Amino acid sequence: MSFHPAMDYGRGRHQSARALPEEGPAFAYTAEARAALEAICARYPPERRKSAILAALFLAQRQQGYLTRNAMRHVAEVIGCTPADVEDVVSYYTMFYTRPVGKYVLQVCRTLSCALMGAERVTAELEETLGIRSGETDARGEFTLIEVECLGACDRAPVVGVNEHWQECQKPEDARALVDGLRRNGAAALTGCHLAVEKK
Amino acid sequence: MMTPLLTAYIGEPGCHTLEFYQRHGGYEALRKALGMTPEAVVDQVKASGLRGRGGAGFPTGMKWQFVDKKSPKPKYLCCNADESEPGTFKDHVLMERNPHLLFEGCLIGCHAIGAKVAYIYIRGEFYHVQQVLEAELAKAREAGLVGRNILGLGFDCEIHVHRGAGAYEAGEETALIESLEGKRAQPRLKPPFPAVEGLYGCPTAVNNVETLCNVPLIIERGADWFAKIGPEKNGGPKLYCVSGHVKRPGTYEAAMSTPLRDLIYDDRFGGGIRGGHALKCVIPGGSSVPVLLPEQLDIPASFDGVAGAGSLLGSAGIIVMDETTCMVWAAENLLHFYRHESCGKCTPCREGGDWLHRILGKIERGEGQMKDLDLLLSIAGNIMGKTLCAFGDAAATPVLSTVKVFRAEYEAHIREGRCTLPAPWRASSRAHAGAH
Repeated sequence: MSFHPAMDYGRGRHQSARALPEEGPAFAYTAEARAALEAICARYPPERRKSAILAALFLAQRQQGYLTRNAMRHVAEVIGCTPADVEDVVSYYTMFYTRPVGKYVLQVCRTLSCALMGAERVTAELEETLGIRSGETDARGEFTLIEVECLGACDRAPVVGVNEHWQECQKPEDARALVDGLRRNGAAALTGCHLAVEKK
Repeated sequence: MMTPLLTAYIGEPGCHTLEFYQRHGGYEALRKALGMTPEAVVDQVKASGLRGRGGAGFPTGMKWQFVDKKSPKPKYLCCNADESEPGTFKDHVLMERNPHLLFEGCLIGCHAIGAKVAYIYIRGEFYHVQQVLEAELAKAREAGLVGRNILGLGFDCEIHVHRGAGAYEAGEETALIESLEGKRAQPRLKPPFPAVEGLYGCPTAVNNVETLCNVPLIIERGADWFAKIGPEKNGGPKLYCVSGHVKRPGTYEAAMSTPLRDLIYDDRFGGGIRGGHALKCVIPGGSSVPVLLPEQLDIPASFDGVAGAGSLLGSAGIIVMDETTCMVWAAENLLHFYRHESCGKCTPCREGGDWLHRILGKIERGEGQMKDLDLLLSIAGNIMGKTLCAFGDAAATPVLSTVKVFRAEYEAHIREGRCTLPAPWRASSRAHAGAH
């Protein structure tokens, strides 16, 4: 027996009429991003395009670096939901940025296993090296430093996420080396995941 | 010692590829399962006693049996790959090094519950793992192992990878379903359970990565063989994640008869406490379970063994803390996590978690009062059991457990007006903490 009575959601009723004001530059997906999104939408039943909303937001964020309200409205149009639905999701998940971030977003894991191995000091040294506080972006727009919760690599603590890559076993005293390495060689300077033995 | 089954080849180059997997007998269990009726597969898994590896330890066969097969709606299998419990990193290893074992488990699960689609919900931070999964999935599809008419046996089944975007709560099964539907990852009121109304309101089974990886072993080698690995009702291989102050942090596979002490001290596993320090305490099952003291470790690291000692095996994330660790600081660290990750749906968890974190911060900074200790216990007690999902209990547990076991340490902080154990590996200034 169902405790969820069938309700006529999503067909003109029970929908937020909240309009998102203009913000940021005009936004529309590139043809390539749009095609990638449609391929992902095809993984779900046709009437369930909303399932692809996280993927749609990741694509928008990749294209523009962060999510403006204009981007959210475009996502709503493409997915076929209200802008309020999109805003709802964006404000919940931690991986979406609603403000510009640096070229490299350094995400220091601060949860217990990493903290036991010195993550607090890793953050403190990176703050010192970059001249910014946790949560800030440097003046050149090169680095953003944030603290995040458990990244699931506790055996290689402290771990630092760098955009979509990883730096494992980051020592506090190696803050300068991490920053310089990224400036010189980009993501190639990172340790990556130790499990990918093929790269070694 | 048990020969590794799930992680036998993880150190070998190329072990994640389809070619390697098939060379080592891969997808033979699927062939065997497709020759069995779905009921027979469910019975086999039930007989094996396989218990869910995500944390709750619920029997997998029962979960599959509960899926409403008479429903005219499509059925779905969701693989919970949102590994986010602090101290847990085992599914990460399986997906990156043995993805086809997971696919095979998903396909057999789909056959068992009558599903035509499986979604693997992977946490957004595992981007590099997702790349491996997608690439290998494409190869499996090309080889006729996923998609239409699998192995030429008339079985149609699709597997899709779904990327999350940063939410611990998405690891709760109904929150995972909500997130898959494109909403906030917030738990649903139960009943109805997902087996009756899950993804898109259809009957759904949600299983952890490690759970599904065990299924091909059961089909291939039999329920009896599986049940005999480890103690009664705790059969099969288990992955343990050892982290914190040990010499050899890592993922280790062992039978659940292995003593918890060995997992920390034995050279084949954690290798003992680093730097000649003494052990202070252990959190044996991911951050959400009560702490165990050094004298409580002579128990089998099984669901029932750890429960018998007053804690939980949970996700088998064993976090080891040595004598330099301040327990008020550790509790504050964990409550920062729970405060940050609470989905906000239930008031006790949303408000209580924040309140607990603020009081712990006050005590840690030396600004606490003795009456705060009773307040902590009272708030935690008012979260416990009063939320829709287990998150509330998980947030209350570190407080209840550490205040009970380490009350003297809390009192010393309050009496002396400072942290009495400021370890050198912590930042000297706490000014940056909690900046966002």
